[in-house]
Amino acid sequence: MSEELYVPKIRRGPKWWNTKPMRRFRRNPLGIIGMIILALFLLMALFAPQMTTTQLGKYKSNCTRDLGISKLEARQILNPTKFVFWRSMIYPPGSCYKIPRASYSEIPTAPNEYSPLGTSNGYDIFYGLVWGTRLALLVGIVVTGLGVFFGIIIGSIAGYFGGLVDTIIMKFIEIIFAIPPLIFSMIIISILGQSLRSILIALSIFSWTGYARFIRGEILGVRQNDFVDAARGLGAGNIRIMFKHILPNVISNVLIIASLQIGTVVLSVAGLSFLGLGPAVGTADWGQMVSFARSWVTGLPGQPFLYWYVLFWPGLTIVLFALSWNLLGDAIRDVLDVRSH
Amino acid sequence: MLTFIIRRLMMLPITLIGVTIFVILLTQLLSPTQRAAAYVKSEAQLKNIEKVIEQYGIDKPWYVQYGNWLKQAVQGNFGFSKSTGEPVLTAFWRRFPNTVELAILVIIPTLLLGIGFGVLAALNRDSLIDQIIRASATMLWSLPTFVLAIWLLAIFYGGFGWFGFGQVSTAHKLEIIKGGFTHYTHFMLLDTLLNGRFDIFLDAAGKLVLPVTTMVAVVSAMIIRVMRSTLLDVLNQDFVRTARAKGLESSKVNYKHALRNALIPIVTLGGGLLMGLIEGATIVEYIFARPGVGSLMVTASLQLDIATLLASATFLAIVTVISFVLIDVLYAVVDPRIRYS
Repeated sequence: MSEELYVPKIRRGPKWWNTKPMRRFRRNPLGIIGMIILALFLLMALFAPQMTTTQLGKYKSNCTRDLGISKLEARQILNPTKFVFWRSMIYPPGSCYKIPRASYSEIPTAPNEYSPLGTSNGYDIFYGLVWGTRLALLVGIVVTGLGVFFGIIIGSIAGYFGGLVDTIIMKFIEIIFAIPPLIFSMIIISILGQSLRSILIALSIFSWTGYARFIRGEILGVRQNDFVDAARGLGAGNIRIMFKHILPNVISNVLIIASLQIGTVVLSVAGLSFLGLGPAVGTADWGQMVSFARSWVTGLPGQPFLYWYVLFWPGLTIVLFALSWNLLGDAIRDVLDVRSH
Repeated sequence: MLTFIIRRLMMLPITLIGVTIFVILLTQLLSPTQRAAAYVKSEAQLKNIEKVIEQYGIDKPWYVQYGNWLKQAVQGNFGFSKSTGEPVLTAFWRRFPNTVELAILVIIPTLLLGIGFGVLAALNRDSLIDQIIRASATMLWSLPTFVLAIWLLAIFYGGFGWFGFGQVSTAHKLEIIKGGFTHYTHFMLLDTLLNGRFDIFLDAAGKLVLPVTTMVAVVSAMIIRVMRSTLLDVLNQDFVRTARAKGLESSKVNYKHALRNALIPIVTLGGGLLMGLIEGATIVEYIFARPGVGSLMVTASLQLDIATLLASATFLAIVTVISFVLIDVLYAVVDPRIRYS
């Protein structure tokens, strides 16, 4: 009886960057390229005010006014000791998402000192793309966040309780799935009125369904495990079993799929605003920049590609964004072997 | 099998009612006057909007309105489309063949290219061919439809003056309207041939080149990726190894054992393919100014043409549900494991 209990020494696992998935990821050059481009996009979104001080200092914009500085003081945004540096980065006023007008002429102007990528319909392309990145990522995160939140709640209810509740929820999802998301969003936005808020609502109506289905399926699998019965035997209630015992087992896959979904949401927003269902004209928004380009696919006689910058830069930004997200997504799926449903 | 099909088809009315109730509920957010616009057919009616509101019971509770709409819809009266200036059903059927024509022209090369390159990549795993196919598929997959379409337009139409917008040139359109041109099938390409008008045929075919290329590029990239990964999964399975161990020729193993099994998931991909086609056609028809169901829906949603939107939602839900039933049936036909379980 006095024999000491043998406690096996816990072997520390490798540090997180040396775990097997990370080692596999490091061997995937395409995934790393994707990650680097995406990191650049994130930096661009974060430092949008700093990157566009030239435009803010040159063109008339309500952004500087709302930040409490004059146009001439725009360079203060570059100075980390000033309050406006942090204010503009962390919580910029809404007017900063409006592209300053370089002119009121519709005709594009070529890249110059103040508009490095030229102007389109009078709006500065560079400013639109930089702040557009910020707006796109914000929308992507908000929609995905709402989707995950409601998806987890509704999917858990369906999967855990089963029966009639499950049937009703699943039929409801099936009804939503019966119309292609783009078309359904078009209908919803049309009725709610064209604005960023309508886009958020329309896309959120869809985004939870995928997660709800996934969570439900996972829960049906986990629910049959002995540890759930054991917990019930110890007197745990439904909610406790749900949140303490089942969800932690399925949440990591949901978060991975969700982070990959942000890219898809961003592209849907761009597509909808390209069709003219997006935020008001003049908002820094990728889809709108491409729709401006629609009028300039033909140049002047004899100079067919005169307005190439109007078509090229907004398109390239969207393509690079989608590409980096897809490359990273492929790498993560390879490494972790998750399949999105 | 038959009960399975019937059970799935029973979902059709439920889905339809669900979708339409959803849209009707959404329209309750609008004012009665806005809703009444869906029924207005003439200037005189517009001046006397109160009468229209009363006549159609637009200020009644939503279920009364829904009942009225349903009663009319069952009789084939979907209201008046204000964005086209004709009854919704007429507007719809006039454009429907054009969209079907586009879809057929897209789907054949998409399947051939998608399955062909997918198989080629999987059978030459990690070789140079595989790398090239994978890289191009990821590139194409990352090109949003609207960006690719605008770029192709700029290069071929802007740069070389080829192809262009619309369905046929204005001169040909006038000739078709003027008479002497019989619409045998309502498919433009077939009709021009049957009328013996090769000049219009070439014109119409040329105007289809860019829309079809855009859609094929984007959609086939998706099929290549799925085909490659499913074929690889099958090639790693035990029965394939057994077949190889028996000493069967590798071509026989690849094509008789593996490919047949890998084609099964392609059937389930049919749903995604359909959604991709509908969404792709919507954007492509809008950009290339082609008369079709997609561009009809875009104009309707931009102009708050509720009657058309409701009818489109109903129609798309019918198409989707029936196709999903067909896909399930086809799935059971090609995979006996499903049939007998």
